[in-house]
Amino acid sequence: MGVGIEVVSLNAWYGTNHTLQDIHLNIPANHATALIGPSGCGKSTFVRCLNRMHETNPIARVTGTVRIGDLDIYKDAKPVEIRRRVGMVFQRPNPFPTMSIYDNVAAGLKLNGYSNRRALDEIVERSLKNSALWDEVKDDLKKKSGASLSGGQQQRLCIARALAVDPEVLLMDEPASALDPVSTSKIEDLIFQLKSQYTIVIVTHNMQQAARVAEKTGFFLNGRMVEFDLTHKIFTNPSDKRTEDYITGRFG
Amino acid sequence: MIANVPEIRISQAQPQPELGSPEGPRPADPALAEVSAVRSFLLSRGNSAIADRGFQWLMVLCALSIFGIVVLIAVELVLRSQLAWSKFGFGFFFSAFIDPATRLPMYWDPVNGHFSALPFLYGTLVSSFLALLMAVPLAIGVAVFLTEMCPRVLRGPLAFLTELLAAIPSVIYGLWAVFVLVPLLREHVNPLLIRLLGWTSLFNDDNPTGLGFLAAGVILAIMILPIISSLTREVMTAVPHSQREAVLALGATRWEMIRMGVLRNARIGIVGAVILGLGRALGETMAVTMVIGNSPEIHRSMLANGSSMASVIANEFAEASSDLHTSALMELGLALFVVTIIVNALARVLVWAVTRGAPAQVH
Amino acid sequence: MRYGDQRVGEYKLTTEHKMRARIRALTDGAATGLAVLSTLLVVAPLVAIFVYLVYKGASSLSWAFFTKNPAPVGEAGGGMANAILGSGILLGVGSLIGVPVGISGGIFLAEFGRGTKLANAVRFTADVLNGVPSIVMGIAVYSLIVVPQRHFSAFSGGVALGIMMIPTVCRTTEEMLLMVPHAVREAALALGVPNWRSVLSITVKTASPGIITGAMLAFARVAGETAPLIFTAFGSPNWSVALNEPIAALPLQIYVYAISPYDEWHRLAWAGALVLIVLIVLAVSLVRYVTSRGVLKGAS
Repeated sequence: MGVGIEVVSLNAWYGTNHTLQDIHLNIPANHATALIGPSGCGKSTFVRCLNRMHETNPIARVTGTVRIGDLDIYKDAKPVEIRRRVGMVFQRPNPFPTMSIYDNVAAGLKLNGYSNRRALDEIVERSLKNSALWDEVKDDLKKKSGASLSGGQQQRLCIARALAVDPEVLLMDEPASALDPVSTSKIEDLIFQLKSQYTIVIVTHNMQQAARVAEKTGFFLNGRMVEFDLTHKIFTNPSDKRTEDYITGRFG
Repeated sequence: MIANVPEIRISQAQPQPELGSPEGPRPADPALAEVSAVRSFLLSRGNSAIADRGFQWLMVLCALSIFGIVVLIAVELVLRSQLAWSKFGFGFFFSAFIDPATRLPMYWDPVNGHFSALPFLYGTLVSSFLALLMAVPLAIGVAVFLTEMCPRVLRGPLAFLTELLAAIPSVIYGLWAVFVLVPLLREHVNPLLIRLLGWTSLFNDDNPTGLGFLAAGVILAIMILPIISSLTREVMTAVPHSQREAVLALGATRWEMIRMGVLRNARIGIVGAVILGLGRALGETMAVTMVIGNSPEIHRSMLANGSSMASVIANEFAEASSDLHTSALMELGLALFVVTIIVNALARVLVWAVTRGAPAQVH
Repeated sequence: MRYGDQRVGEYKLTTEHKMRARIRALTDGAATGLAVLSTLLVVAPLVAIFVYLVYKGASSLSWAFFTKNPAPVGEAGGGMANAILGSGILLGVGSLIGVPVGISGGIFLAEFGRGTKLANAVRFTADVLNGVPSIVMGIAVYSLIVVPQRHFSAFSGGVALGIMMIPTVCRTTEEMLLMVPHAVREAALALGVPNWRSVLSITVKTASPGIITGAMLAFARVAGETAPLIFTAFGSPNWSVALNEPIAALPLQIYVYAISPYDEWHRLAWAGALVLIVLIVLAVSLVRYVTSRGVLKGAS
């Protein structure tokens, strides 16, 4: 089951570039939350702060508090421990090119030292079913490499890989932006299904997508969070002029 | 997905999920107990901060070992050459003992303990210079042909052939030189050179063996050719295409384009490639030892026997007659080490200056 | 200029213009000819060496070459069985030292030191070390290991070869690791995989065809090295597998036989050279085949 996320005065920098400025946010558990905004507004940086991936870049810096469940991730734990509890799906599908489909899904557990083979088989099957890929790949799990799948399949494989470690939170950084419409709708269906079990944060530049999958939506602009509210409120009756300009297509 | 932005369907009107998979959402998953087993397993794993730090230090240590090797070589060579250094000082490289009876210079006389590096410096420089003289124009020609003129079909195989030339061990070049090149020089090339150029006194017929500086130079030229040509190729490909087009657009012929658009822009890198070839020639041992004739003398004739720094070490080190002899050979090794380090460092700086801008990383 | 006199775009070609054009065309042709000629001149010795080597070597090769040890002077027959074994042992010891250290150094350069001054210094030193003559390596290892031990040994020869492998392995490993897409590293880190595990099991594994290529290139290079073995492995006419005794090596044996005055030994030298070159060419071709198939097949 997922847990909620509480963000208090989060600031982030790339070198001297202040990419996130004083973000406050409460992300509800077991719901999908969408983050929208023009490119370069800081929404990707924001999700990368939620699993401490931001700091993998040597010139990056973060201040502030992020609580996931009851864990203050910048104070109480090391990045490795947090990333095991917070799964992430990237903009471009990035399966491990040298591994089979099976090994790709099992990677998070195997590489962390999990060796119960029977349990692993079960987890792989369940993760692939949960990511709606099982029927397409079940016959050559160990024969085909992850890189041999189509783009949309690869992305669902990456979702399965993230689900296999049974995270509490699933971060998705524009997960459908590199995919064709059919694959995109599959991913959206998947998000719709998964959000009953996981807390999902999805970054998207596609407003319909946000409207379709998310209960709450946040609008980012120039490194600040302009508005955060129920999705239908954001899209029908935003309280900020800039949000209205953006969703009606006046800029961005 | 392309649709008109203003007509946004709000979340109440979401499409019902229709999944390819038969399973619907399963909030009450029967395997939930198993799931939390996975989670508790992962929670039980440490943050492996110690393993990470240990791993990083191990990698740093291995990288540092490269410095260690260079320092260790230098220290050993310096220590073991102390004896010769204290006895001869800088004179080791510049002066020779003059025999009072014959008034002839004695360069290298292990029996009487006279050691001077002069004939070996001379032999190394002369053979390397001869090699460069022959190899550089050829190498640049090959590089120009391969990068600018060669039909695409031939480029791969030819590049492979020149690479293969670099993969042949030195001792096999030596073997070939002893049994093919030297007889060829002795029977055909040397007589011709003596007849045509004998008057310069650079070629005279004192040495009937066919061995000597010229044989060493030719085999060195063959050996350093692939190095120079592959590096030249590298710097020539690093020249941006726009430079070529700019010159061609002025109505230049292909050769003018190569000369002005490519060679001029790549010249620093080509000089680097040549210096790198020089570095290889200076230290090359086996092939030279097998054909240079191995006598510690200085002759003006390119057809005379000589000896190089590397060849005298290879020949005499194992059966050095005294500590001073060993020490003198060590000092030659030290000199070779220092010179090749300087030459290589210089070459790398020059090659880097040209190729640095080229795409080296792929993300 | 009045355009009425001369139609625009039409040049009046003087004799001088024509001459200049002729000269330029001739220079162009001459340059092309020279480039082709030099390519031929380079390919010629290669072909000559190979043809002669195969001709001489094949006619001298026999079963005994692979099964017998060298015969005493004046006796016919004999082979290089002990030298082939010796080379194998020396290269084994060398690879055990050179490959792990070189790969680790490459991992440092690509994964930890990227852009730092230390990494630049290591990279530069590796390139310079690569250019240090092998004979210098030989006498350095001699005074480092042989002198304190007071005897020549297979071990010291292996160390000399291993040291010579390090820079090549290190630099190719770095280059291959840099070709692994950043997204693959991120995927591993985002799963909460410890860094060391992610580097070894993901990044290095993804680049492994290229890294193996680099190791084999280094292997092929030192397989033919003779100079560093003269004062370390020293050579031996007998079977030997002991690491603390002198040991025979193929290139060393070729050298000794080549400069000997006996025809029988010359024939053996050619046979040895053929065996050596076949091994090296096989390694290099394999490397070329692997790299031409793409180091990161299917990686996005």
